[in-house]
Amino acid sequence: MADAPVLQMRHIRKTFPGVVALDDVDFDLRRGEVHILLGENGAGKSTLMKILSGAYQKSAGQIVLDGQDIEIRNPKHAQTLGISTIYQEFNLIPHLSAGENIFLGREPRRLGLIDQRAIFQEATRALNGLGLNLDPHKLIKELKVAEQQMIEVAKALSLDARILIMDEPTAALTEHEIKALFATIRSLRDKGVSIVYISHRMEELFEIGDRVTVLRDGRTVGTYDVREMSKSELIRLMVNRELTELFPKERAELGPEVLRVEGLNTQGGLKDISFSLRKGEVLGIAGLLGAGRTELARAIFGLDKIASGTISINGSPQRIGSPRAAINSGIGFLTEDRKSQGLVLPLSVKENLCLASVDKFSRWGLMNAQEEQQAADRYVKDLRIKTPSLNQKVVYLSGGNQQKVVLSKWLCCKSEVFIFDEPTRGVDVGAKAEIYQLMNRLTASGVAIIMISSEMLEVLGMSDRILVMRGGRIRGEFSAEEATQERVLQCALGE
Amino acid sequence: MCAGRIALRQSFPAHYGRQLGTLSGLLGLALVLWALTPHFLTISNLLNVAEQATIIAIIAVGMTFVIITGGIDLSVGSVLAFAGVVMASVLHSGVPLPLALMVGLGAGLLCGLVNGLLITVGRLPPFIATLGMMSVARGAALMFTEGRPISGFSESLRSLATGEVLRVPAPVIIMIGVYVIAHFVLRRTKLGRYTYAIGGNEEAALLSGINVKLYKTMVYGLAGLLSGLAAILLTARLNSAQPIAGISYELDAIAATVIGGTSLLGGEGTIIGTLIGALIMAVLRNGLNLLGVSSFIQQIVIGTVIIVAVLIDMALKRRGK
Repeated sequence: MADAPVLQMRHIRKTFPGVVALDDVDFDLRRGEVHILLGENGAGKSTLMKILSGAYQKSAGQIVLDGQDIEIRNPKHAQTLGISTIYQEFNLIPHLSAGENIFLGREPRRLGLIDQRAIFQEATRALNGLGLNLDPHKLIKELKVAEQQMIEVAKALSLDARILIMDEPTAALTEHEIKALFATIRSLRDKGVSIVYISHRMEELFEIGDRVTVLRDGRTVGTYDVREMSKSELIRLMVNRELTELFPKERAELGPEVLRVEGLNTQGGLKDISFSLRKGEVLGIAGLLGAGRTELARAIFGLDKIASGTISINGSPQRIGSPRAAINSGIGFLTEDRKSQGLVLPLSVKENLCLASVDKFSRWGLMNAQEEQQAADRYVKDLRIKTPSLNQKVVYLSGGNQQKVVLSKWLCCKSEVFIFDEPTRGVDVGAKAEIYQLMNRLTASGVAIIMISSEMLEVLGMSDRILVMRGGRIRGEFSAEEATQERVLQCALGE
Repeated sequence: MCAGRIALRQSFPAHYGRQLGTLSGLLGLALVLWALTPHFLTISNLLNVAEQATIIAIIAVGMTFVIITGGIDLSVGSVLAFAGVVMASVLHSGVPLPLALMVGLGAGLLCGLVNGLLITVGRLPPFIATLGMMSVARGAALMFTEGRPISGFSESLRSLATGEVLRVPAPVIIMIGVYVIAHFVLRRTKLGRYTYAIGGNEEAALLSGINVKLYKTMVYGLAGLLSGLAAILLTARLNSAQPIAGISYELDAIAATVIGGTSLLGGEGTIIGTLIGALIMAVLRNGLNLLGVSSFIQQIVIGTVIIVAVLIDMALKRRGK
């Protein structure tokens, strides 16, 4: 492995209105290495990478590429310099096909016209290279989140980048897909491509990383050789405090049954779902992508029509035909995708926080600004939401803090049953632990939680009981004591 | 609690800073016109400008609500004509004035609600639904009157246009009233909050239990209602209800809204901005008239102002990020 520094970023500073996102950050990248960028939410990883990829302009500092001072003007310019990025949020066009997206902006031509055949041939090859059997004619909007992510990966790889930035590339991928991606990353590295890899998953870091740079609060803590570091050491550097336990599950005293679902069928593919949930309980729902987990959440929350079956709250059957009805029955839903479903980005922290309980803060349609302000203020303090003011637009908050705003929204409604769909996706270790603590607090106060998660360790670590779904049905139930990774996975796979 | 209040105060310039930009544009424009033609800055001319602005300004309030939800209403001009002739014919058939006014407002409201239902229940794109209504309402107004204006009304209706309080014309007072209420509704009521939420992220609004269909329909109903109000004032001013009234008013209303900083993408916008936008349009028309600029060139100037204003607004927003 060659050691020549391809890229050096020195004394990088970036300010946003009211916030210093990066302050004197140093980062260097060697040829043919996988360099992990590690830090809590809001530590500045994504900002640093957006500067490198031309999406943001640095406020101060120096970028040296191949020994030359450069200014990266925009993402297109970055691409011509050989710097490609896969963002956490996808940049795909939903109404175009997978193949067209991969070659967007640089379509192969024939006689001045776009060569559709070449596009799909090349795309098929790119996807096969990722070990993915996917029809490139399919429209992006028809693909699952994981598949869309793979299209992003394929797109960046097909750009022949010398520097590849991957922001949480595996967040939505299955084990199988991750293995394929890692194999690709290794072969790229061996060809001399330098890879900046942002991930919150510690296990991945040791599996794929060569060096690691830790950021904390917008500053560089240091750069280390991965082989010389331990997990706990890195966590300490990131958060500057010891995380005694990754899953600080505290068992709450289980109360009476609060939710009962019986014989639930939907057109969305749920078949004969029955289960119950007690106050203070965390019910983990495990399963592979497409097993029907999100569909279950949607049905309980009144988003999908229920064909047959009943949902009872505190023993009385409910007619849940709309989210409003579900909320009134005491159900809150933390969606998988915060930005497109959980938050109204151009609105403020306060407005988002009170959005589902506006009725509580209004009389005859008039808002009581003071009560609203007080409630918002209380939750911001209580959940330690980092924001310069209650009137800050949520779009400017970090992922973990956005998640807390969504959580507060449901706390504000006094929900009794919380449905968490992938509660910690795209959230770093410190914020994760905080979300787990909040779940503990919720259950201690008698709230019941349904937790849908693709992270096996999370399901095992936080649940009192685990249901495993496959093909729209519940295939197995495990208590926390009897559940192991192997047993749950076997059940989810149907082996 | 204290921290919260400080935060509120800090955010004030951020929230209204963009209006200051538009406002200084309006004042700058006024200064230029004053320098070119001293008559511009007389009280009688300024009141004249305000009066000229009323009709578009009132329609633009409804348009602002609609655009904040991420929609558009192309039918407001036609609905104005329809509501005007309906009210006029009811008046001529001997119905007492207050009732006739209610009929005029009701006709506007009805058209707006139909728009809303087509968009929410019928799932039509707002552009298409209101484009259709634009044609239907215009055709209905022409059919109803066989293409002829309905003229000659009692003094009491006309006093809505001719009346004055302390020299301020009645339409201007009504306009100010509409703006005060609309500002309050948008900032302080559930309807206002939901208007922003729906435009900012309809799915998140739905998942927060907001009855999106109901509130969207209400917003289009409001736009129709305000077209009805504008119809009453226009009929009173002209002493005549014309089936061809209000042609291209929707475009002026959209222009006023957009100049005022409301984003066509939804989720953002203010009532005060729209008022300034409407005044900019009226001042410009008035000034160009005073300067004797031909109506052909006026169109070019106004179009340019719309484009430049939005360019500046976008540049300010980008810098704000």
